Amino acid sequence: MAGKRVLELALATPGVDAAGNPARVPLVAEPPRAVEPDLHTDHMLINIGPQHPATHGVLRLVVELDGEVVVRVIPHIGYLHSGFEKLGEYRHYNQIIPLTDRTDYLSAPANNVAFALAAEQLMGIEITERCKVLRVIACELSRIISHLVWAGTTAIDIGAFTVFLWMFQERERAYNLIEEWTGARLTTSLTRVGGLMADVPDGWPGRLKAWCAKFPKTLDEVDRMLLRNGIWLGRTQDVGVMTAAEAIDYSLSGPMLRASGVAFDVRKDHPYLDYDSYDFEVPVGQHGDVYDRYLVRMEEMRQSVGILEQALARLPDGPINAADARVILPPKRRLMSDMESMIHHFKQVMEGVPAPAGEVYLPVENPKGELGTYLVSDGTAKPVRWRIRPPSFLNIAALPKMAEGHLLSDLIAINASVDIVMGEIDR
Amino acid sequence: MSGAAAENPSAAALRARFGAAAGRSAVVLGATVVTVERERAHEILAWLRDDPDQRYDYLVDVTAVEYRDRERPLELVWQLRSLPRGVMLRVKADLAKDRPLEVDSVVDLWRGADWLEREVWDMFGVRFRGHPDLRRILMWENYAEGHPLRKDFPLRGRFSRSEQVRRALGADLRAHYSMEELSIAEAYDALPADVRERLAAGEPGRD
Repeated sequence: MAGKRVLELALATPGVDAAGNPARVPLVAEPPRAVEPDLHTDHMLINIGPQHPATHGVLRLVVELDGEVVVRVIPHIGYLHSGFEKLGEYRHYNQIIPLTDRTDYLSAPANNVAFALAAEQLMGIEITERCKVLRVIACELSRIISHLVWAGTTAIDIGAFTVFLWMFQERERAYNLIEEWTGARLTTSLTRVGGLMADVPDGWPGRLKAWCAKFPKTLDEVDRMLLRNGIWLGRTQDVGVMTAAEAIDYSLSGPMLRASGVAFDVRKDHPYLDYDSYDFEVPVGQHGDVYDRYLVRMEEMRQSVGILEQALARLPDGPINAADARVILPPKRRLMSDMESMIHHFKQVMEGVPAPAGEVYLPVENPKGELGTYLVSDGTAKPVRWRIRPPSFLNIAALPKMAEGHLLSDLIAINASVDIVMGEIDR
Repeated sequence: MSGAAAENPSAAALRARFGAAAGRSAVVLGATVVTVERERAHEILAWLRDDPDQRYDYLVDVTAVEYRDRERPLELVWQLRSLPRGVMLRVKADLAKDRPLEVDSVVDLWRGADWLEREVWDMFGVRFRGHPDLRRILMWENYAEGHPLRKDFPLRGRFSRSEQVRRALGADLRAHYSMEELSIAEAYDALPADVRERLAAGEPGRD
């Protein structure tokens, strides 16, 4: 009996050293062997996706295998291509905002904010203080929601089902808050050029505060399950490593870049929305593997909670829309009684709001990485070019580099760790 | 949203080093835009990456802009960032439409340019000389309607719905796979000698 107990203890914490820190012990006894060069004998070509739950959307991977070792990965994208950038050239600036919902549909409010900020910079519009704080709340709430989906689906890919349920439960609570505010859960269309679609309802800040107080407990529970879990460590440590130099070379951004040890966060390095006045830390990994990406995203959620609390504490009263009759629709009451308001309304809806000729590139730190909005105007009400710099497009482009030489099962873990959203990759 | 309208000193450094080839620069809404000669773009971008005073080590984006004015040349846009210095620079090159739309690839400088350049090729039809694998990326391999983000491309596509359906039904399913994949599966012997040598030497594919 004594022998059995020892065995159980050893199984329970195989990944922890004497000091209680996670030890870097891969489950495989030896590293994947060198790839045999003779191509025309045993190599197998398999196709994963586009309809496959582990590809997180309609990603198709063509994989060349030598036994179980991945020799080559060729990603194919485009199955969800909707031509958003082309559509944008035929739409007024406010009409583009619903399209931004559908790019990275796991963080729609953050996309709305990114586009509105770029359009406002192009038009030279100053937004109100309350609008700024509410947009910070929207961005950080989307970051948490997106990271929750990431953690849940990645855990399920690696085989831990419970995490998925816990994370999605919290995500539902966060979506309830978003729904109260915007009326929608997924496609929020939260912002308008110069302001917001709606102010938060009465009592909403209190409900968000209550959620912020409870939510980190779920993160702690998940950390307790995974942080020193032998299977989790074996499946994630030293898997899909990108060094800092490689991460920069491949233009990775967001948690992927930071997990590799590069302390770059748009909120700190090119601040927008007064992010420089918030107190938060940017977590940075050391090894650039799947495990560090997990650590970075978990810590980012905790930091986001801190930002949300600061934002709630400073949320000022006042209007949410800029006092600019060029871009902000007059209130409905005035519209029905006041001729001038009616003319403004008519012109804005029918003709759109012209932006002066010029161009702007505005980066924001989205949950997936650096989302850039590049707008070029020729002076009309529709942009000449609306370019989305999609973070997960560039992150997934490094998949062959990360996965080649690993086992097929590691390919699934690595692909999950990138945190892709096909709506954004294919646009 | 800094309102600083001062020009990025890299613009003056480029003028001093390359003269007329990087002669045009402007500050647009706080951002410095330098227009360079297309044939020297690669050389200039390499200098911006490697010069110890510039160190633009991070390629943010590669894209193109076509204006509604048909006379205006297509613009190729590189967004650069120096992570150690925390500054950004926008570099552009004009591609006149009466000549083939071609420019040197910068994949040898930044690996991140790989898919970005493929997208510009797919969407605008700009050829990147020296790109290791310039294939369509968002549209499929045998897409025949052209390059969708060009201004002469109609919003609904060039072909009618019936023509699109006819082509989809008549397509050779194997053409769905690119030559590169077929080469792994069954066309090894048909590969060029240098590729076979590389594979035989243990190279796990293109990298």
